Amino acid sequence: MPAARQSPLNSFAAHAALIAYTLIALFPVFVIVINSFKSRQAIFREPLALPDAESFSLIGYQTVMKQGDFALYFQNSLIVTLASLFFILLFGAMAAFALSEYRFRGNLLMGLYLALGIMIPIRIGTVAILQMMVATGLVNTLWALILVYTAQGLPLAVFILSEFMRQVSDDLKNAGRIDGLSEYRIFFRLVVPLVRPALATVAVFNMIPIWNDLWFPLILAPAEEVKTLTLGSQVFIGQFVTDWNAVLSALSLAILPVLVLYVIFSRQLIRGLTSGAVK
Amino acid sequence: MTALKLDRVCKSFGKVQVLHDIDLAVEEGEFVVFVGPSGCGKSTLLRVIAGLEDATSGRVEIGGAEVTRTPPAKRGIAMVFQSYALYPHLDARGNMALGLRQEGQPKGVIAERIAEAARILSLEPYLDRRPAELSGGQRQRVAIGRAITRQPRLFLFDEPLSNLDAALRMNTRIEIAQLHRTLGASMIYVTHDQTEAMTLADRIVVLRDGRIEQTGSPMELYNDPANRFVAGFLGAPSMNFLRPVSAAPEGAVLGIRPEHLRPEPDGPIRGAIAHVERLGGDTNIVVDTESGEQATIRMFGQHPAKVGEPIAMGFDARHAFHFDAEGRRLRNG
Ligand SMILES: Nc1ncnc2c1ncn2[C@@H]1O[C@H](COP(=O)(O)OP(=O)(O)OP(=O)(O)O)[C@@H](O)[C@H]1O
Ligand SMILES: [Mg+2]
Repeated sequence: MPAARQSPLNSFAAHAALIAYTLIALFPVFVIVINSFKSRQAIFREPLALPDAESFSLIGYQTVMKQGDFALYFQNSLIVTLASLFFILLFGAMAAFALSEYRFRGNLLMGLYLALGIMIPIRIGTVAILQMMVATGLVNTLWALILVYTAQGLPLAVFILSEFMRQVSDDLKNAGRIDGLSEYRIFFRLVVPLVRPALATVAVFNMIPIWNDLWFPLILAPAEEVKTLTLGSQVFIGQFVTDWNAVLSALSLAILPVLVLYVIFSRQLIRGLTSGAVK
Repeated sequence: MTALKLDRVCKSFGKVQVLHDIDLAVEEGEFVVFVGPSGCGKSTLLRVIAGLEDATSGRVEIGGAEVTRTPPAKRGIAMVFQSYALYPHLDARGNMALGLRQEGQPKGVIAERIAEAARILSLEPYLDRRPAELSGGQRQRVAIGRAITRQPRLFLFDEPLSNLDAALRMNTRIEIAQLHRTLGASMIYVTHDQTEAMTLADRIVVLRDGRIEQTGSPMELYNDPANRFVAGFLGAPSMNFLRPVSAAPEGAVLGIRPEHLRPEPDGPIRGAIAHVERLGGDTNIVVDTESGEQATIRMFGQHPAKVGEPIAMGFDARHAFHFDAEGRRLRNG
């Protein structure tokens, strides 16, 4: 790492590659955002042009706001995403702690069982999940989505977090035990803060797929009052006519909260990614 | 009263037995050091005493009360770890206070005990710093302070000095010895450094493969080792093991400490000098003997020995030990 930093050529090559990648990754986002501020004709005439005095239009945003329930969709998405992340992190970290810290019969089997979920997509079980949700009366509630997303995120969370927790010094946990801390305090006060970067990583990995998911909202919670943003935006996409202004505006708005969450997590994430190299 | 009594303590991890029938009593105020090679079970034994591992069988008593199944916090012990194990999110004061707060001590008592510990360990300037802002030596002193403030019946140290550099290690060693005198508390100290063992201990317990090989004061073990393992483990440079020069049973080995060998023109052990280590105050001469073994002579002062020169060595019979083929000591051998 220090060697790479010292060589200007290496550093240039690395930055060039990263900048190129950033541009490629940001380009679609950029196109969506600029076009959301243009009139319909302008979008089709010159999709890559910046909005100017003539083509500037807020018609998309006005349509979205008029659509009434948009704020509600927004709120639903936010609730589902945050609640799912919370449960994934809480239960994932607790399971990871148990697997990495305690010797008990079936420890290894349990770990493998949880890891299995990484390889099997949860959508395979959609029909069974739907039946279960119908049976429990959870269809068309936000809980249906939260439960499914929590289940979907847990395997990878347990896998990543238990690896990190194994690295937390045994001496530290033992010092806590000698000082009379309960296992819960050891977990929350000593271990969790030390694996914060790993928690942020898990949060970021899970956040975007949950926020963007269309599948489960469509199947488990299509009712008006529990629609998520992704599902709600579908009203603008018709079979014959699509209101592109509205679609692009809705997408632009949908990016914002993810961006905010990402900024919150990313400081921790960067620490996590570089901690091995820098420490 | 005995500070600690171990009665046939065994510990297994799965099928692997790590500790075999450990019997030991530590008197009130005694400083006992566990030594042994890496992996012999020193840390495991200490953790069983602390309650961090449950003994597979056997009994542990601390201060006269049976604690075999008592959780660590209720055993009246405090432990200092090799890796310091300070709470990273608390400053030095918070680190020392946490255990006391858990015990429910009143604020005044906590402040008083921290002040006392800080005075003993000269930690006053650092009380408001977090572990990350302290040097290795300071961290270890905070860790020791955390142990002191709890006023335990028994202190447990697991290689507390092995992360420190040589000079600091010596200073801290002296501090621990003074601490033991000041507090008069019972202490158990694990190390694989025999200098620490020899200088700190009232009594040394030598462990090998989960068994106690011998216990006794440092000089007892040095002067009267029960077997070849103990004889070779204590002393630096370590004892020479050579073919016997007088009549001895089949397979027997002669043990003689480097400082008891001396150059002697018509001595019984002949060879050539292979290497000379000049330490200023001491000179260590490594000799390849005619019988194909290697022997070290340790001489006081400086000597003009040269590599390659022939040399003959002798020793006083009263300083010689004999061991049988299994390594047991042969008395009057
Ligand atoms: N949790 C565990 N599970 C399985 N085996 C273990 C465990 N802890 C220790 N052991 C084994 O027990 C033996 C003794 O370990 P211990 O840590 O007590 O050695 P030690 O004497 O302290 O060595 P060192 O001087 O290297 O610290 C080792 O062979 C080790 O592999
Ligand atoms: Mg050890």
